[in-house]
Amino acid sequence: MATPVEYIQHLYKRFGFGISLEEAKQLKPKKLGEIVNELFNASIVAMPLKAVVIDSIPKVKEALSEGMSKKELNKLIHTYSENLNTDWIRQLGTTRAVVREKQTLFWHGHFACRLRNPYLVQELNNIHRRFAFANFRELLFNVSKSAAMLQFLNNQQNRKQHPNENFARELMELFTLGRGHYTEQDVKESARAFTGWAFNRDTFEFEFKEKQHDAGPKTFMKREGNFGGEDIINIIMDQRQTAYFLCRKMYAYYVSDVVDEKRVKELGDYYYANAYNTDMLLRKIALSDWFYAPQMIGNKLKPPVDFLVTINRQFNIRYESTGTWVLIQRSLGQLLFYPPNVAGWPGGKSWINSSTLMLRLRLPSMLLNSGTIDIEAEDDDPDDGIMAMSHSVYKNYKTEVDWAGISAMYKNASLEDLATLFLGRDPAPALKTIINTDTGSTKELVLKLVSLPHYQLY
Amino acid sequence: MDRREFLKLSGLASGYAMIPAFLKPLETYGAGPSGREASGKKKLVMIQFLGGNDGLNTVIPYNNDVYYKLRRNIGIKKDQVIALDQELGLNPAMTALKELYDQGYVSVINNVGYPNPDRSHFRSMDIWQSASSSTDYLSTGWLGRYLDSECQWPYEAIEIDNNLSLAMKGKKRSGIATKNARQLFEETKAPYFETVAAYVKPEMLDDDNLGYLYKTMLDTTSSAKYIFETQKTYHNTAEYPDTSFAKELKTVATFINSGLGTSVYYVNLTGFDTHVGQLNRQESLLKQYSEGVAAFVKDLKSTHAFEDTLIVTFSEFGRRVEENASGGTDHGTASNLFVIGGNLKKKGIFNSGPDLLNLADGDLKHHIDFRQVYATVLDNWLKADSVGILGERFVNLGFV
Repeated sequence: MATPVEYIQHLYKRFGFGISLEEAKQLKPKKLGEIVNELFNASIVAMPLKAVVIDSIPKVKEALSEGMSKKELNKLIHTYSENLNTDWIRQLGTTRAVVREKQTLFWHGHFACRLRNPYLVQELNNIHRRFAFANFRELLFNVSKSAAMLQFLNNQQNRKQHPNENFARELMELFTLGRGHYTEQDVKESARAFTGWAFNRDTFEFEFKEKQHDAGPKTFMKREGNFGGEDIINIIMDQRQTAYFLCRKMYAYYVSDVVDEKRVKELGDYYYANAYNTDMLLRKIALSDWFYAPQMIGNKLKPPVDFLVTINRQFNIRYESTGTWVLIQRSLGQLLFYPPNVAGWPGGKSWINSSTLMLRLRLPSMLLNSGTIDIEAEDDDPDDGIMAMSHSVYKNYKTEVDWAGISAMYKNASLEDLATLFLGRDPAPALKTIINTDTGSTKELVLKLVSLPHYQLY
Repeated sequence: MDRREFLKLSGLASGYAMIPAFLKPLETYGAGPSGREASGKKKLVMIQFLGGNDGLNTVIPYNNDVYYKLRRNIGIKKDQVIALDQELGLNPAMTALKELYDQGYVSVINNVGYPNPDRSHFRSMDIWQSASSSTDYLSTGWLGRYLDSECQWPYEAIEIDNNLSLAMKGKKRSGIATKNARQLFEETKAPYFETVAAYVKPEMLDDDNLGYLYKTMLDTTSSAKYIFETQKTYHNTAEYPDTSFAKELKTVATFINSGLGTSVYYVNLTGFDTHVGQLNRQESLLKQYSEGVAAFVKDLKSTHAFEDTLIVTFSEFGRRVEENASGGTDHGTASNLFVIGGNLKKKGIFNSGPDLLNLADGDLKHHIDFRQVYATVLDNWLKADSVGILGERFVNLGFV
């Protein structure tokens, strides 16, 4: 049984970064199950990011004692941070392992972390990618023991005599259970269980500091024992609420911002019964009828990174400087590795306000007309590497697009073909009329389509 | 071919006049409130010092030995301080602010902060802008929620910037970010957008995502047009210092003096993260600030708008009491803030200065929660419901 092209495009947009018209048409004769399998199987490989190595960033004291100025150190951090960011954008734009990258992006927001040292956040990102489809417990253990998270949530300061509750609280509030499903007592007791979880300052490897660990009895979620951090995580994973919490978030990410609690319950029970196997959960979503319901198609706001990566893939845009990618991410409100806070990017309608929308509507014609990108971006966080350089950056880099090639590619495509390709769903007939009016070339037609508000949806 | 050329070539300009009847209400709100209504409205101007301003070298406890002991290199010498009273005085770069102070236009509120302070710029900025506690994460700002509950149009809150701060983002609507009314207007009046807007059907504005996009687009377009056409009726000849901060205040003054129906303005001054070589850098910023604000006040006074304007200046945190080894200071906690207006109920030093003998880990303890300041501004000045906007009742400080 053949699969409608709209379904294939929808699947590839939500679980990847789109598919070309030609490829979608080639897949059409296959069954949906087969198409989903092929898509997921292309994601077996996990390519780690390698923009930064362990000694790229010297320790502040060492650097200063070796005659490096603070300014030079900041510049070094800035360069590596920007490389890390743009390496990921490049990988998102070129990889075939799209589902893995999409899920890595999900974990990147879920386990939001923002640090000055780009090496630590890169390694955390590589954990997200490596365990993207694994059982969530394994991912959570690895994240919790990463130098990045231990540092970011102050577990280095969590000691027997002075427990620091930051990690324990966020573990439950943001990573697993959600508000209202644990008590302040649970926070206090689990913070004690995580005392002594630390990392080595030279190797950044996890270290358990027994002397700082509180080995005494604890009461957590109505259970008693001399719990350590592993026990706490295991008890949290025993709560069905953890599966519901994660599934609600993944539903909003893959399916719709308007969360259907019936589906969440169904998916949560499935996730729980299958030991939090994320690969199985995602395949289940991709194979569900409701995922392809008409109201689901082309009705989600593109996160800024999806917007950027998708347009790069659709038009194979060549950039004079990858700094433009940073500028676009910042101006649209999603700069990778710089989540706004521990809770990650709120997503949905919060991407859109008068400034971001007008820019989003103008960007396609700016990027695709070989023009320069004249966005002014300002420094709002002087301590962050990538933003540390100047108070006001005014960039004027060019882009290039091979319109002859694109026009040839779409020579035989109908307006309907192009509308579903770029807009997800057919625009209203009246809108089609203005798109068609006085449109001489394929280039003009395409530019009109991608300048519509519909293009902001996927 | 650039964008404008493309739009021209595509012949879409011809659709300009085709605005369907149902869009009329959206169009007519482009007229906004009449000048008379607008000019009677109270205005709030928030000025944010980005980077964490060192409050102790802004309002200096110049008779305190602990201050000089902990700041051997960067302590401001007693004979340079501009005394406000026996205890506190202003940074020598702030003579222009002292003149406003002497006229009873300034209130200095000391030791403002919040429980469990966060020393990260971005987190602390979020806390101040969303008016959350340090354990809560809110995705809307306090002025955005003011827009949601008390206002009708996005232009009622304007940030003089290219990006919109969290403070100005609401759930239903967010403020407008613009540095230049003409540019914003030009960007929205591309004929192609207007033609597309003309094809919007009322049912498309319903609450799904596409409707939200169209609604935001129409709101922005109307707001941009209204702001541009209103502000151009006022030709601002007042003199301002030649700094970008002062220019931004001049833009605000032009908006206010033209009778624009905006009640909240947001302006940023950046560069306060003075870990290294603090003295010169901070003085230059405080000078820009004081002289800019003095020119702004003078401008507003000339049109009698000053009595309806309140200026609140804050930063995401103060800095450590003890200086560091590089002639600077590191991230701290509580700090002072300035409230400036022609109609203050409490002028001068609002409360006693910092207690340098009673620190928490080397940082100042806060005595006033910043949300008490917000609550006072919301209830007494903007006549809004602070409990609804802030989520709980905070003590009203009664400075306005």
